[in-house]
Amino acid sequence: MAPPPHRRPGFSRKAQYGLFATYVIAIAGTVVAALLLIISVADPTGFAALRAAGAEITAPVARFFNSIRRTGNDMGGNLSAYFDAASKNAALTKEVKASRTKLIEARALKVENARLRGLLKLKDETGEQVAVGRLISSTASSTRRIATLSIGSNYGVERAQPVRGPSGLIGRVIETGPTTARILLVTDAENLVPVMRVGDGLPAFSTGLGNGLVVIKPLNLGESPFKVGDIIVTSGNGGLYQPNIPFARVIRKTSDGALARPLADPANSPYAIVMKAYQAEARAEQQAIAPDGKTQEVAE
Amino acid sequence: MKNPVTAIRLPLRPGREYESRFDREQSLLKMLAIPIASIVLASMVTTLPFLTTQPILPPFGLLMFLAWRLMRPGLLPVWSGVPFGLVDDLFSGQPFGSAGLLWSLAMLAIEVIDSRAIWRDYMQDWLIASLLIIIVLLGGLWIAGMAHAASDPIILLPQMLLSILLYPLVVRICARLDSWRLAT
Repeated sequence: MAPPPHRRPGFSRKAQYGLFATYVIAIAGTVVAALLLIISVADPTGFAALRAAGAEITAPVARFFNSIRRTGNDMGGNLSAYFDAASKNAALTKEVKASRTKLIEARALKVENARLRGLLKLKDETGEQVAVGRLISSTASSTRRIATLSIGSNYGVERAQPVRGPSGLIGRVIETGPTTARILLVTDAENLVPVMRVGDGLPAFSTGLGNGLVVIKPLNLGESPFKVGDIIVTSGNGGLYQPNIPFARVIRKTSDGALARPLADPANSPYAIVMKAYQAEARAEQQAIAPDGKTQEVAE
Repeated sequence: MKNPVTAIRLPLRPGREYESRFDREQSLLKMLAIPIASIVLASMVTTLPFLTTQPILPPFGLLMFLAWRLMRPGLLPVWSGVPFGLVDDLFSGQPFGSAGLLWSLAMLAIEVIDSRAIWRDYMQDWLIASLLIIIVLLGGLWIAGMAHAASDPIILLPQMLLSILLYPLVVRICARLDSWRLAT
């Protein structure tokens, strides 16, 4: 359709000025948007309140549809479980038998571990969970991988707390609202997680790729020591994530590291546990001296 | 003999078959609110529980905005890219101001195209929308990369394809909304 002939408003001065004003407003608005963008690039948490308000407004709808989606998933699972119940039962019985001995060994190891830790006088602020919520939406149209959690500061969720699901690490809290929180997923390119290989504790770092995978880069230079199928867990370095949270499974070896798929799938996590930051006090002190992302030169 | 049922309607409102069809007024509220509400609601689609591991959901707010602009030139003012874009930024996860800037630039670009190619057909509109979608998505990635570590542009490919293929559908929805908007 051709545009209406508003470009040539005739001899009316008023119409001419009105047309001119819309262009002035358009260009001024563009400049304002660019300035807002520069502010938010310089200070990414600056407009957190606005975004939190947006998330709060749409959270009820998201919660509603999320419960429907989960019910649908559950129904599918129940139906398929009904059909192969007998064969599954046999397989599970076998598995229980096999894992019982392993479980006893693990218990013994746990006791031994606690005793050794007692000898070394190691003390962790372990495992205290803050709250349990659900992931209700994600930024599915942006390259940033951020999810919305169904609980916020009303349950004591704070910034920089790790979030995990039953099968592994999901991410960490970056913004909180009254009843929602935003979580930077481990697959975001911004999220750097200190990890280690489960077998030998080989230290490494993980960075998201933005497409559902993470890159594992070992601290040591040289040929990639990873094999397909290696299990990666968090190492606890840096004091944010607790050690030994299941993290990812290596799917491809690259020249200087490995590609891995996170074990926790945010779409299929039935719940998300917000945990206290591991060694929060130590981290707070460290942050006071050298905040993340800002290097400071120490005067000799 | 009974009359055949021609339309299913709620019993609350009396039928209008026998009312005068002359001199009916369009509702001003509907005329103004439908384009605005449809674009804002389309921007809010990202808050529905689509938990994806990569950016795959098309930017419905942008599609709706481009569809209204290309289908009804002159309806949205030249400066409307800024407010609609800023609303989209609240829900998209991009740095605040990113869509405000990009949508406004897209609007100005269409304004320039309007002054050159006045009579266009549907395919040309689709082409313009496709190019703008690609530019805005790449621009969004570039802006996200300024503030944070960015990912590879390749991961945007499925989203771009999906958005371009879904644009005609969004235009249909827009056309339906438009006929509802202007109905008396």
